[in-house]
Amino acid sequence: MPRRKRLRKVVAPPGFKGFRPYGNRHGKRDHVELLYEEYEAIKLADYDLMKHQEASKLMGVSRPTFARIYESARRKMASALVEIREIRSVFGNAALDKSWFICNACHARFTMPSTLKHFNCPLCKSEFINPINSEQ
Amino acid sequence: MKTIISSSGKGLESPFDLRFGRASWFCLLDEETGKTRFFQNEYKNEFQGAGGKVVEKVVELGVTKVISGDFGPKAKELLDRFNIQMVIIPDDSQTIADIIAKLK
Repeated sequence: MPRRKRLRKVVAPPGFKGFRPYGNRHGKRDHVELLYEEYEAIKLADYDLMKHQEASKLMGVSRPTFARIYESARRKMASALVEIREIRSVFGNAALDKSWFICNACHARFTMPSTLKHFNCPLCKSEFINPINSEQ
Repeated sequence: MKTIISSSGKGLESPFDLRFGRASWFCLLDEETGKTRFFQNEYKNEFQGAGGKVVEKVVELGVTKVISGDFGPKAKELLDRFNIQMVIIPDDSQTIADIIAKLK
């Protein structure tokens, strides 16, 4: 059994469900699935112009792994453009970062379901909690 | 408020289990009365999808918080959907009693 894929941290999911080509003469073709982490990699490297090293830290993966995600993202975009295919965003192996918090007192990590009213650590009741994203 | 803690044994002195779906035992704690109940994880040796099956059981019991060392991707998604709070404690040096003491 291959090693399980670590979840890649994604700060915000893409704001679209997909992109579709128009004006093409050929009929409908298969779509390309762009994973959330691939979208995030493109965003960090080419939109926020980050170095791969920093970007990989932000996503919680190693630099080579980041490079592989980025590579696969670029190839998918290129194949969508050249082969006139639709791009769809798919969840993939992402962990959406906003939902996790860390307690500064006992270092427990936890989620905050929307049904909860008080914002403190579920373990030690400390109020010194931060979203995991700002930890780095 | 009911809480589930993954445990490696039956009893308050047994160490905490870092796995969720494949923990040997679970400790069900009622936070209002402070009563605990231990039950065995029947899905421990499941070939796959142990986490998901445990989540189903957790939902049936009406639990609002689960404490473990880590959650698999499927369990995470399901727990999120049922608005159950997940708490990750990264070290396994604590016993169930230690954790319950912290919760109070």
